[in-house]
Amino acid sequence: MAARQSRPQSIALRLGVAMTLIFATVVVATVVAASRYGREAADEAFDRPLEGAAFQIAERVSVVDGKADVDLPVSAFELLSLARNDRVFYRVIGPDGATITGYDGLQPPTTSLGKPEQIYDSTFKGVRVRAVRLTRHLAERSVSGGVVVLVAQTTAERSALARSITTRAVAIIAFAGVALMVLAVVIVRVALRPLARIERTILSRDVNDLSPIEVPAPEEVAVLIAAVNRFMARLSRRIDGMQAFVAEAAHQLRTPITALRVQSQLALDETDPATLKRLNRRIHGRSIGLARLTDQLLSHALVAHRADTAALEPLDLRKVAIEAEREVRVVSDGSDAVALELPEEAVSARGDLVSLREAVKNLINNALRHGAPPVGLRVVPQTAESGAAILVRDGGAGFPDDLAARIGERFLSNGVDAESAGLGLSIVAAVVAAHQARLVHRRLPDGGFEVGLEMPRQAG
Amino acid sequence: MSRLVAGLLLLLLSGAAAAAQDARFDARTPGGPSLVIESTTDLSVFEPIIKAFQDSHPATGVVYRELTTNELDRHVAAACEAGRFAADLVISSSVDQQVKLVNDGCALPAGGDLGAALPDWARWRDELFGLTYEPAVIVYNRAWFAARPVPRTRFDLIDLLRDSDAFRGKVGTYDIETSGVGYLFAFEDAIQASTWGRLVESLGRNDARTFCCTADILDRVADGRLLLGYNVLGSYALSRMIRDPRIGIVLPRDYTLVMARAGFVSRDARQPEAARAFIASLLTPQGMRILSGAARLFSPVDGEQALARLTAEHGKGDGANPQAFRPIALSPALLVGLDRAKRRLFLEQWRAAMPKSGG
Repeated sequence: MAARQSRPQSIALRLGVAMTLIFATVVVATVVAASRYGREAADEAFDRPLEGAAFQIAERVSVVDGKADVDLPVSAFELLSLARNDRVFYRVIGPDGATITGYDGLQPPTTSLGKPEQIYDSTFKGVRVRAVRLTRHLAERSVSGGVVVLVAQTTAERSALARSITTRAVAIIAFAGVALMVLAVVIVRVALRPLARIERTILSRDVNDLSPIEVPAPEEVAVLIAAVNRFMARLSRRIDGMQAFVAEAAHQLRTPITALRVQSQLALDETDPATLKRLNRRIHGRSIGLARLTDQLLSHALVAHRADTAALEPLDLRKVAIEAEREVRVVSDGSDAVALELPEEAVSARGDLVSLREAVKNLINNALRHGAPPVGLRVVPQTAESGAAILVRDGGAGFPDDLAARIGERFLSNGVDAESAGLGLSIVAAVVAAHQARLVHRRLPDGGFEVGLEMPRQAG
Repeated sequence: MSRLVAGLLLLLLSGAAAAAQDARFDARTPGGPSLVIESTTDLSVFEPIIKAFQDSHPATGVVYRELTTNELDRHVAAACEAGRFAADLVISSSVDQQVKLVNDGCALPAGGDLGAALPDWARWRDELFGLTYEPAVIVYNRAWFAARPVPRTRFDLIDLLRDSDAFRGKVGTYDIETSGVGYLFAFEDAIQASTWGRLVESLGRNDARTFCCTADILDRVADGRLLLGYNVLGSYALSRMIRDPRIGIVLPRDYTLVMARAGFVSRDARQPEAARAFIASLLTPQGMRILSGAARLFSPVDGEQALARLTAEHGKGDGANPQAFRPIALSPALLVGLDRAKRRLFLEQWRAAMPKSGG
């Protein structure tokens, strides 16, 4: 992830590379097609006079004195001379297979297509020639059979024509290609302009402005803007939540502190020992409640912060249990006893010691306040089926079913109430989520209830 | 076997002929390569051209071998077939044979812009280059025609031959069976116009005499043994006419065939660069000046105007009509005349019309 981010990728470059590849393919394909087309067009253009000459020669085949003879027409050769730079070869073969006239070495096509007229490529005198074979059937009293006319021509002019057609086609394609590339560059710039506009809009915003970005954008970029807007909305909610929490916490703390101050004021003015003692007890009770509330609020803030930042490290769950028990004991008025039950061996897990400790403290506090004694805390090593766990047990009936279902909901929705289990359990739920652990709870067969965190199983 | 013997004999003969006619022009700076030219043109005509070439290429020697058209064709064709060296540069007035040799792949492309100044008809494949501009003319005996109208066209000639008995045995032309250029002109005549059939008939009826060589016709027209010569090679006739007032010349106004002596660099040339340079030298202003000089060969580049000018000066109203010039294009169409079936048919028609005759 980090490596990918370190090399920024240009959309313009990507589009450029892709379009270059496409253009190259198209250009190569059209060049191949153009050269083939050029060859075919040139062949077509020059095969006609070749056939025409052969027909003219064949027409002048006659039978004289009982023998096939041919009176070559000059026009046939003038037709062939239209290809200014090509050499001309011909041969007329009689029904007996003997050459009547022409170049003896000129060969008919090796494979006959069975048609009276056939155009073929061959070589003669070491040069490539295009040739036509034409058969004329004689049916005279003295001579019957086919007279074969072969006319061949070198391929200089048709190659030149093919080259010229191909060259022109390629020139047009090259021009079109360059024009398209230029257009493509312009189009890419135009297409990417909304991104620059969005960049400017975002940079020009107020730092604290998390309202949705409203910039006219093409559909594709609108998706990106929508994602940014969703993210900002989330961020905005998170900040709003934080602000609400601070306000709520301040409000929640202010009331008990005011009450405390009023009662301590009353206590200062009170002279009756009996009333004073009563006031004193009230002040003490309020202080404990306030301490617990403060502890929980801070604990929650701490956990929420650490879930985002703290790295998970190898630790011993026994240590978590010991620290949690000690801290509960320090804050309590001494009436609550927690039985600690630890294995001999270290129980290793990966986690954040502070978060886990807070979670366990909350579970213990819940058990002390809402459950029934005896309260116990035990640590279970990992087994084949389940991960290592840290569990709190009490003699009570456990959560009401509706609360169990709502564990992990946002605590503030219940209101901050020091006497409620909601805040504590939401801290537990946050820690569980941060550790990818599982919140487990069950009723014990001998009566009582056990709740705790089961850590993910570790390999090895 | 007999073909082989004949071939060997031919090679020996042509070799002997070649050896006998070799003219050497040594390089002016010794040790240079020698350019071998095989040509049908008289050495006397080519000597100034060779000298001029050596002025600009003093390091190149030249061997000039003069052969008849058929000797040259056989020699070069045989060498080409066998992949042997015959000559670096082959120049012949028998342009149909030259086209055939090039068609058979015996030539080397010149490359560059050699011959760029030549008209299209005078070049083929960047290999064969027309070097001269020689019309086929009618020559006449000035004395006999002094008081009579000279035939300006073939129609005039046909009428003249039909109407008068004076020409019996007094008209000469080439024996097209032995003269390459005679055959070429006759064949082109047959293609060009429907007058050919009637003309041959008229010639035959008047017991026209046939000759192998231009000089034979010119000599006889000059001294009156012949009154008319038909289809005579204009270069020889023109230079003779300028020297010899007894001869007059007509460039037929219906059409005048024009032949360009053609040259190509041999595929198996040893000095292809020198051969190209030689062709190029013929197309320079100096080369064209020599061609248009005493030899009256002219050049395809400016032959039309030069010829019209010359005939206007000497013709006493017999001036040529440049619109009527029909250059024989160097193209595969010339292969038709050489086709053995076609040649047989053509000669059969000729023989049927012409009387048996010797020089």
